[in-house]
Amino acid sequence: MKRVTTRPTAPSPIGESVPRRDGPTKVTGSATYTVDVELPGMAHAQILRSPYAHARIRSIDAEAARRHPGVVAVVTAQDLPDVNLLYGHAIADHPLIATGKVRFAGEPVVGVIAEDRATAAEALRLIAVDYERLPFVTSVEEALADDAPIIHEEPGEQRSHRGFEEDIERTHPNVCSHSRQAWGDIDAAFEGAHLVVEGEYRYPMCYAYAMEPYTSVASWNEGALTVWSSAQHPYMVRDDLARCFGLPRGAVRVVVPFVGGGYGSKSYTKIEPLTAALALRAGRPVRLALTVDEAILTTRGDAATVRVRSAFDADGHLLGRHGAIHLNTGAYAENSPLVGRKAANRLGGPYRIPALQVDCSTVYTNTGPASSFRGFGAPQVTLAGESQMDEAAELLGLDPLEIRRRNLLDPGERPWPRARGIDADLKADLELAAEALGWDDPLEPGHGRAICMSASDAGSEPITTAMLRVHADGSVTVMVGSTEIGQGSSTVLPQIAAGEMGVPLDSVHLLQSDTGAVSYDRSTGASRTTTLMGLGIQAAASDAREQLVAWARDAVAQNGAPVVEERGGVRVAGTFHDWGSIVRAWFGADAGEVIGRGYLRRSGATAEMPPFWEIGCVGVEVRVDETTGEIDVLTLVTVGDVGAAINPQLVESQDVGAAMMGLGMAIREELVYENGNLLNGNLFDYRVPRTTDVPELRTIVVERGDGVGVYGAKGGGEGSLNPVAAAIANAVYRAAGIRLREAPFTPERVWQALRERDAGR
Amino acid sequence: MHETLEIRLTVNERSEAVRIEPRETLADVLRERLSLTGTKVSCDAQVCGACTVLVDDLAMSGCTFLAADADGRSVRTVEGLARDGRLSPVQQAFIDHAAFQCGFCTPGMLMAATAILEEHPRPSRDQVVHGLEGNLCRCTGYEPIIEAVLAAADAGTVDEGVAGW
Ligand code: FES
Ligand code: FES
Repeated sequence: MKRVTTRPTAPSPIGESVPRRDGPTKVTGSATYTVDVELPGMAHAQILRSPYAHARIRSIDAEAARRHPGVVAVVTAQDLPDVNLLYGHAIADHPLIATGKVRFAGEPVVGVIAEDRATAAEALRLIAVDYERLPFVTSVEEALADDAPIIHEEPGEQRSHRGFEEDIERTHPNVCSHSRQAWGDIDAAFEGAHLVVEGEYRYPMCYAYAMEPYTSVASWNEGALTVWSSAQHPYMVRDDLARCFGLPRGAVRVVVPFVGGGYGSKSYTKIEPLTAALALRAGRPVRLALTVDEAILTTRGDAATVRVRSAFDADGHLLGRHGAIHLNTGAYAENSPLVGRKAANRLGGPYRIPALQVDCSTVYTNTGPASSFRGFGAPQVTLAGESQMDEAAELLGLDPLEIRRRNLLDPGERPWPRARGIDADLKADLELAAEALGWDDPLEPGHGRAICMSASDAGSEPITTAMLRVHADGSVTVMVGSTEIGQGSSTVLPQIAAGEMGVPLDSVHLLQSDTGAVSYDRSTGASRTTTLMGLGIQAAASDAREQLVAWARDAVAQNGAPVVEERGGVRVAGTFHDWGSIVRAWFGADAGEVIGRGYLRRSGATAEMPPFWEIGCVGVEVRVDETTGEIDVLTLVTVGDVGAAINPQLVESQDVGAAMMGLGMAIREELVYENGNLLNGNLFDYRVPRTTDVPELRTIVVERGDGVGVYGAKGGGEGSLNPVAAAIANAVYRAAGIRLREAPFTPERVWQALRERDAGR
Repeated sequence: MHETLEIRLTVNERSEAVRIEPRETLADVLRERLSLTGTKVSCDAQVCGACTVLVDDLAMSGCTFLAADADGRSVRTVEGLARDGRLSPVQQAFIDHAAFQCGFCTPGMLMAATAILEEHPRPSRDQVVHGLEGNLCRCTGYEPIIEAVLAAADAGTVDEGVAGW
């Protein structure tokens, strides 16, 4: 790892690669994930799923299953008259179990609860469902045809969700949402253009493959509900559960143990309402643990078709960009309306564009629902935008780096009116990548290099609270709603607290992601936790210190002696008093504590949206095998421009993981539907990267202190995924003279393009 | 009622006798009957390696290995790697190199890595890369894991007591 640091110095241990706090528990196997949660009397559920893409349910005969020995209860939608079955934070269109109709193959139809999983599985086979099959659509093109079958006869109730409530508008009954981003005079831009490049780019349906499949455990007690779940946003899940079951939010407790990978796929509500409904009818705690094959059907990434044209002047300056994006969002809205909004925002990329107009529709199809997935629209549109930069460079006779230099936004420049100015030095990042990749070094035949960039309006909403308690012995408990999904929040957040309180790291303890115990955080996603929860903790620490200084004046200082705050305590008349001694003095006993509160909202430093820009800057060198069509990624350069790396080792780890995930999607990963069924819904056929796919890595972590977070931090972890497919496509063009516009770039597609190239010669 | 049978096996050096149904996998028995929940199940189809345990020192997928076939054999799981509260070199190396994020792949990775290091106390990078090819990790991009295994080899030997089984 190379580090480039110009940020102001931060107090220890901020900025240090301290070992992960969850290390010992994760390497000894004692870390508890939801699937390890055991409750007394707990029963196990299995789900009968629709075999059809689109069908009306005529009847369900579950009598034999109910009588099967070991079965506790069998639950269909009809057994839940007291439950509000529809959930969805953007559009309430998603029944927790099929109500009268199924909209994708794999939709839950019946739940069986039994003493163990195997018995529940046996009982599933005793259930007969009579379906009336309906015509179905699996592609956007089919879904938008005039005579397409309508997937949702009634539009789902729109739920207020800041960020896209204005966008939902049904131009076709199968359009789920529509967003537009626009500024400048787009017609004038294209009229005055020296060059217009135009193309259609496709990004596949992908599966996040968090290795831990979705799992929830639900338990009812005196009308109150507790759910343990593999969820990224416990508070969002709590609010959905409260709505489904008509409970006050305070009566619902959502606890998130360690999460076995999320990458966005565990954002928002998944199987928690269903698990809670099953537990309600079972009258016992219930665990619903999906298999990977079921998880694939539960959430995937939005496939995208991006039509875009870009106008340039003779010097390669962008004049305008005009785009139309269609996302295949599957059977239910989930979070795709927001993905669509972000895709529209992100097609402009990190460039100065005088005029832009992008329309993005999310489209219902009879496929598994799509939702948040790392990058959130950015990988999809960056393939299009960054391909066009290279296409234009070639037509204008410019070096691909030079066309970027001429268009990249300067620090502080606003990508669009009213957006926060860019909090990064994009040109400097580009040069760092070029140097690491050896841009000017001679290339072997059959090799190609490319560098691509992205800028994402990240951070989601700044709605965050934090509590920081200082105990009488000076140790500290930090309480946050953010989850540990592997990103390292359980290490980084205590580092920030220790730095802010001036106490040793090992005296700081973190309690997180339990809505019954810790205070509100909106979400753990959009790369926001280090930045926004970091600010929350900083505010809570400052609130705690302020109170402690006042207490020192009150209970420590004699005769109005001045109290001077120092690191880790105060000095009064030449004597240092640490925080614990102040607590003890104020309460007059070895007891008590001070509670510091941190609140974050759209105000002050976090008033402007987005809270920060997430930068992607990735370089690759590839070799194309002309006989097999295989792309070999030889070198991968990542530039993690994170403002301030609270823990550089963890930043690097995020970047490498993100880039490798991007590599998988660029060259191999794609969910394929045929006849309404997912053809490759298992890990045999859906192949993710393995150890043998790791290229030579050159990682750079950049800290210029230019983010909104503590010591200038801003988010990372998605940036290094977003430009990977584009970088590989552009490098392949330089290697072999073929322009790949449809990911993944499988050997078949590459081989085909090579043949077409040869035929055209 | 389903037919059951009793198996006797050694798990992390402890003798166990367990009454099981013939359909139960080794991963089921470890997790559900012996409460050794460190072993994780992901793909449930012998693709991902999350469930890797050592059966008579060979790395096996616990999700497809029938527990009945473990009768009379010696099984090692992630819970058996640390000795007297001391982490094994490869466990320590995973911490030092941040060779995990979510940790769901980690128990299986550690067991596969332990098997590699027992067979090749000084493995080449290639041996590590190929030895771990059957273990998926979606978080780390693998590089820190490969580095950790190589560093564990450099740090000295694998725990002799275990290797001598
Ligand atoms: S769970 Fe056994 S190999 Fe994946
Ligand atoms: S650490 Fe998450 S899958 Fe490997």
